[in-house]
Amino acid sequence: MRIELVKRPERSKLFAALSPFIALGLTLIAGAIMFSLLGKSPVEALYYYFIDPLREVWSLHELAVKAAPLILIAVGLSICYLSNNWNIGAEGQFIIGAITGSILPVMFPDFQSWIVLPLMLLMGVAGGAAYGAIPAYLKVRFNTNEILTSLMLVYVAQLFLDWMVRGPWRNPAGMNFPETRTFSPSAVLPEIWSASGRANWGFVFAIVAAVALWFMLSRTLRGFEVQVLGQSPRAGKFAGFSQSRMVFFAFLVSGGLAGLAGISEVSGAIGQLRPTISPGYGFAAIIVAFLGRLNPLGIIAAGLVLALSYLGGEAAQISIGVSDKVVRAFQGMLLFFVLACDTLILYRIRFVGASAAKTVEARQNV
Amino acid sequence: MFEDILITIATAATPLLIAAVGEVVVERSGVLNLGVEGMMVMGAVTGFGVALTTGSPWLGVVAAIIVGMLFSLLFGFLTLTLVTNQVATGLALTLLGLGLSGMLGEGFVGLPGIKMSYLHIPYLTDVPYIGRLFFGQDPLFYVSILLTAGVAWFLFRSRAGLTLRSIGDNHTSAHALGIKVIGIRYLAVMFGGACAGLAGAYLSLIYTPQWIENMTAGRGWIALALVVFASWRPWRVLAGAYLFGAVSIGQLHAQALGVGVPSQLLSSLPYLATVVVLVLISRNRRLTMVNTPASLGRPFVPDR
Repeated sequence: MRIELVKRPERSKLFAALSPFIALGLTLIAGAIMFSLLGKSPVEALYYYFIDPLREVWSLHELAVKAAPLILIAVGLSICYLSNNWNIGAEGQFIIGAITGSILPVMFPDFQSWIVLPLMLLMGVAGGAAYGAIPAYLKVRFNTNEILTSLMLVYVAQLFLDWMVRGPWRNPAGMNFPETRTFSPSAVLPEIWSASGRANWGFVFAIVAAVALWFMLSRTLRGFEVQVLGQSPRAGKFAGFSQSRMVFFAFLVSGGLAGLAGISEVSGAIGQLRPTISPGYGFAAIIVAFLGRLNPLGIIAAGLVLALSYLGGEAAQISIGVSDKVVRAFQGMLLFFVLACDTLILYRIRFVGASAAKTVEARQNV
Repeated sequence: MFEDILITIATAATPLLIAAVGEVVVERSGVLNLGVEGMMVMGAVTGFGVALTTGSPWLGVVAAIIVGMLFSLLFGFLTLTLVTNQVATGLALTLLGLGLSGMLGEGFVGLPGIKMSYLHIPYLTDVPYIGRLFFGQDPLFYVSILLTAGVAWFLFRSRAGLTLRSIGDNHTSAHALGIKVIGIRYLAVMFGGACAGLAGAYLSLIYTPQWIENMTAGRGWIALALVVFASWRPWRVLAGAYLFGAVSIGQLHAQALGVGVPSQLLSSLPYLATVVVLVLISRNRRLTMVNTPASLGRPFVPDR
């Protein structure tokens, strides 16, 4: 038996809408198989992963806390991927944004005013964007592959953060723990509705960013430019769009948003810098971007799904003793299924039996 | 002393060399597999686990090769049969590999591993200055050199290699000539997977005989950069791998000596060096254009 692809005359709208759901379904099935292999009841495991975290208000707040950075980063990445710029270093831009955003509360803890927080956010955006500009500059100026450079810079950023919190920025009153001083109240991103849970304004930023970028992509010339240059650089050239400017645009937007996510996470959810401030948000956001089919509104939903998997991982570890490492395996599988299902949008899949293939060949030979 | 340094450089270079030589074959066939890191880390965890349970490092190596190959088949099925985007699928392979290996290897953390023994040939190994360098290293070091020579011969001196390169340069023409593009690409991808698995096993059985989550630490990505750096030529990959081996050993020695530079800065040197080297090599646009397989990363759907 052989699998054959038959090109559809046009993109299938049906499968464009369905493919993320098929992928999710397949991931759940694969997950159920995986849990039974681990000797756990699959029904129970999936319940703790995907239902239990949704049952209480405080844990919905946690969902928003986890979803905010994922959505912020992923909508930025969607601009990159749509315009054919492969930024996979969002994790590094997230970290640098967190560091530059923390300059005020760490170095000038006595400076307390309402202006501190907006300045921190701006500096976070600037730091992330500047760090994203490095691979963009290297790509435009030297034709260097942005996939490899942006990824290498992630490791550099992680080591830089490690040095900062162990060296110059270590809390003088922190008993030698590798962490900065805790932020003063004026430097903490407030909670949206603190009576019921921990969700902070980062989630609002994420929704606003997603809606704004959705508007830009679908309603403005710049959005059109992103899509044209991504699908056909030649056509874009004839239309007078500049490829190099687009590279910078994509990397600055995604780097800036990753930086915003970084400082929001540190200021809102953690309250200080530590050697590790992200459970791989920058990489999980790549999955979010594709699961959301590179559409900012779809990314909001996809971000919530991935955030749920993080929460579910914690819940399942406590309740049925499944390691939280399972989460990342889950997330990896999900991306695989998403990419496989996207094939259905452009192609019909035909299974050709060996005998059928022979008759076709025989007919052709006649 | 000098011999010791050369041997440690070889130890750091060998995993990069093995993985990168495998990827040269893959990319020469026109497929861009960015999942090297994922296949490598799967090889590392399998190699470690199998060696630990059976007591034989060689069985670990074989298992790592098989797992690397199976893992690459996953990539092959998506990109070659379902014609998905190669960049995205390679990333997916890396993320899946890092996740799965973390899960599978959780029970191995902190356990003492099994180290593959070094070669020892009486008299020859004991020759002063050069004996250990040539006759006293780990067995996979020799494998890596033979592998490089074999791939160089295959790609540029054999008919099959010419066929493979023709697919990488123009898959439509190759298809028109009756060459089985997809089938050969599957084989190339599997070869790359086997090499990445072997490179992973090298890390967990020789370089640091233990299992640490994410222990590949970006080496799969550095291997990918080496392929570009070497302009898709096996012997230049070897030169590049030893250059990187020297950089990473140099920074380790500098850390041990306690030079007045933060250790984190020294640790980031291999990554920064990768960026610098990539910039230097890609600056010459024409050179890159000439060397890059023309169909690299392009989707191929045969018309029947």
